[in-house]
Amino acid sequence: MTRPVLQVRGLTVRFDKNEVVRGVSFDLNRGETLCIVGESGSGKSVTSKAIMRIAKPGRIVAGSVLLRPDDIEPVDITAHDDDSAAMREVRGGRIGMVFQEPMSSLSPVHTIGQQIIETILLHRDVTPADARAEAIESLRRVQIPNPERAIDQYAFEFSGGMRQRAMIAMALSCSPDVLIADEPTTALDVTTQAEILRLIKRLQAESGMSVIFITHDMGVVAEIADRVAVMYQGEVVETGSVDDIFHNPQDAYTRKLIEASSKFTIIGDHDRGGALPSANPRTLLDVRDIDLTFRKTEGFLIRKVRENRALSKVSITLREGENLGIVGESGSGKTTLVRAIVGLLQADSGAAFYHRGAGEPVDLLKRGALRSLGLNREIRMIFQDPFSSLNPRMTVEQVIAEPLLMEKKLSKPQIRERVAELLDKVGLSAEMMSRYPHAFSGGQRQRISIARALAVNPRIVIADEATSALDGSIRSQILDLMFDLQAELGLSYIFVGHDLGVVRYFCDRIAVMRQGELVELGTAADICQRPQADYTRALIAAVPATRPADRHLIPKEGLA
Amino acid sequence: MLAFVLNRCVTMVAMTLALSFVCFFIIQLPPGDVISAYAAELAAMGDTSAHDIADELRARYGLDQPFIVQYLKWIRNILIGDFGHSFNLNMPVADIFASRIGLSLLVESLAIIVLWGFAIPIAIYSAVNRYSVGDYLATVLGFIGIAVPNFLLALLLMYVIYLFTGAATEGLFSAEYANARWSLARIWDFLTHVWIPVLVIATGGAAQVIRTLRANLLDELSKPYVMTARAKGMPENRLVLRYPVRVAMIPLVATVGWVLPTVISSSIVTAIVLNLPTLSPILLRALLSQDMHLAGALILFMGMLTLIGTLISDLLLAWIDPRIRKGMIDG
Repeated sequence: MTRPVLQVRGLTVRFDKNEVVRGVSFDLNRGETLCIVGESGSGKSVTSKAIMRIAKPGRIVAGSVLLRPDDIEPVDITAHDDDSAAMREVRGGRIGMVFQEPMSSLSPVHTIGQQIIETILLHRDVTPADARAEAIESLRRVQIPNPERAIDQYAFEFSGGMRQRAMIAMALSCSPDVLIADEPTTALDVTTQAEILRLIKRLQAESGMSVIFITHDMGVVAEIADRVAVMYQGEVVETGSVDDIFHNPQDAYTRKLIEASSKFTIIGDHDRGGALPSANPRTLLDVRDIDLTFRKTEGFLIRKVRENRALSKVSITLREGENLGIVGESGSGKTTLVRAIVGLLQADSGAAFYHRGAGEPVDLLKRGALRSLGLNREIRMIFQDPFSSLNPRMTVEQVIAEPLLMEKKLSKPQIRERVAELLDKVGLSAEMMSRYPHAFSGGQRQRISIARALAVNPRIVIADEATSALDGSIRSQILDLMFDLQAELGLSYIFVGHDLGVVRYFCDRIAVMRQGELVELGTAADICQRPQADYTRALIAAVPATRPADRHLIPKEGLA
Repeated sequence: MLAFVLNRCVTMVAMTLALSFVCFFIIQLPPGDVISAYAAELAAMGDTSAHDIADELRARYGLDQPFIVQYLKWIRNILIGDFGHSFNLNMPVADIFASRIGLSLLVESLAIIVLWGFAIPIAIYSAVNRYSVGDYLATVLGFIGIAVPNFLLALLLMYVIYLFTGAATEGLFSAEYANARWSLARIWDFLTHVWIPVLVIATGGAAQVIRTLRANLLDELSKPYVMTARAKGMPENRLVLRYPVRVAMIPLVATVGWVLPTVISSSIVTAIVLNLPTLSPILLRALLSQDMHLAGALILFMGMLTLIGTLISDLLLAWIDPRIRKGMIDG
């Protein structure tokens, strides 16, 4: 028999004049995991914050939220003020919350312990010494090694996964009925994500709490959800069991979400998307034994040099018309590698031979090689963050025209014509030329970045996590655009990513990196189906399934 | 941490020496010296031997020697506690300092305390209640504080007080207490005088502190860790003070180092208008008359205040921000 612990009816939240959440209703049953999925702007995060009454400046204008509706005196969350004593009792005491950014969600200037102890003291009548003992215990429960020491450490001394564990320890320190987790694994590596998901599931089994898990990743939903609520433009379009949502979706939007995510399955020997390269392509780029060490000089009177080996003896090749994926966890050196290739970082040794048509290959790593021969026009980059990689004070025209102006080949009117043509190519209209980047959505901005990269007719485009910041359906649009451009312009891509599903879909071959070394390099299907290295196997195993039937991250019995 | 402080102290000694050299160099840059002004005065009074007297004085004080010799002599004397002689006031520099330094630091410290005491709460209120009537009011008043020159405000205050009480308010004491020993009555007299310069100096700097802290705090208030604290069920006022304010104070604390020297040099006109017995008017006079020893000692003193202030602000930073503390211990 299911008993709801939280009952949401007709919840409507308004910011100024916009209703960001409209008439949202759902039940959360005891001990269950409800996933709220949707893309950015769907109102899923605002809904969760409204339940906590921390959605300021948003106001709840209609609806009710009952905590423990079966109790004789249920708490009516919508009836109290944001900062009332009753609401403060609910926050942290009855409902705990974990946020997306584990770095910035913890205070940079307080120890982990201070922040957890404070929560305990706010809600329970215990002495500070007891609270400290409990905080240590709560850190132990989330499997933070050496909790007695960790409690006096600061967030910046922890890795991302450890920070998120500390956040969870804090949210659960007062044994709440409900845990709201707002994209808690989005900023984490796939292996860390798997650990955090397992941890939440284990804690849930131990304490019987209910979990609202907010995510845009259908893979995570398939792995952990009991029931799913799909949100779109502020409304819940569909609610159902995880099996119904995946196998019998009713709403068109749900179907679109499922379809977009099933594209990125890593299971199977299928080819990548887009047009495949010719059978025996020439080698375009031959990177041999790159070494790179970061050195940092410290101290004023007594000098110290710290070394951090970022790349050791990495070799990769890129063939004409091919898409090469580079995957690895953060700190694996994947971004460092591509930056060294384009000369943004100076490699210590090694070579990167670039074959331009006939004639001798050129070593890109030789000082000035990229600039003097104009090779930096043939190899262009697209960056991860579409918000910070475009200068906010330049119009779209100025952004795209900049590489053309540097080239000094075209006249002003010709450049304008070229910009219009490029915008058309990436699916934007030429009228948008005079606007500034802030007027565009994330996906549109990434299109502008692509147009900028294509302005000088490159042969190789390096995409550094270019789709990581985008929502599922936008991501798949951008990838398709990149395929189209490849077919049209004969491009080759180096695609750096941490999402194996996306890399599998986009790339012919995949290089796996770890701690600055190349672990293995093979065809995409081989890497995903028949990994040779243990590390690759661990990486593959941590990728969430695309259907609930393939769940594998959380062991069914005897949760470890 | 101790290693850091020791390291810094050694660096500070080196910095002070370098600073003293620069001070001395700049002071002697303009042509002429304090003796030539004195000699011109004597000659004007009809003393025919003015030139000889000047030469004799120069020889006595070593002013005819090369710059570097003068500098070395000066610095050697300072090291043994002799700050030299002020020609202009015709008394030892050390005595001038002794009579003014205490009151000067007292008035200026009070001004800074009042400035921060008002500015910080106003800034917090402004940021938390952004675009409210209070926020706009604070902004407007702050800008008026910046825009109205300090001495003008001082004159205005003096005029208004004269209008209402008929008493002239200048200096830090009434005539009968000026040279008296400290007593309760003298303290009271001091307090009735000191609030004017304190208020005048404080209003000038308040707007800057308000604007800086408000902007910092606005950035911090939207950070996720504030949301986390809210989600814990912490009362809003307490969490604002405990989390974002502490982080937003960091850039402000970093300026602690040069607050005192800035106040000393920026309150010159105010101090002259209000006839305050502080170091500021002396500094101006010494510079105008090229009173080398006095000016050098004053500038050196302010430089040392900056160095010590910077050390204090670094230690404060280490105290409020563990990231900086870690860097100091590791570095």
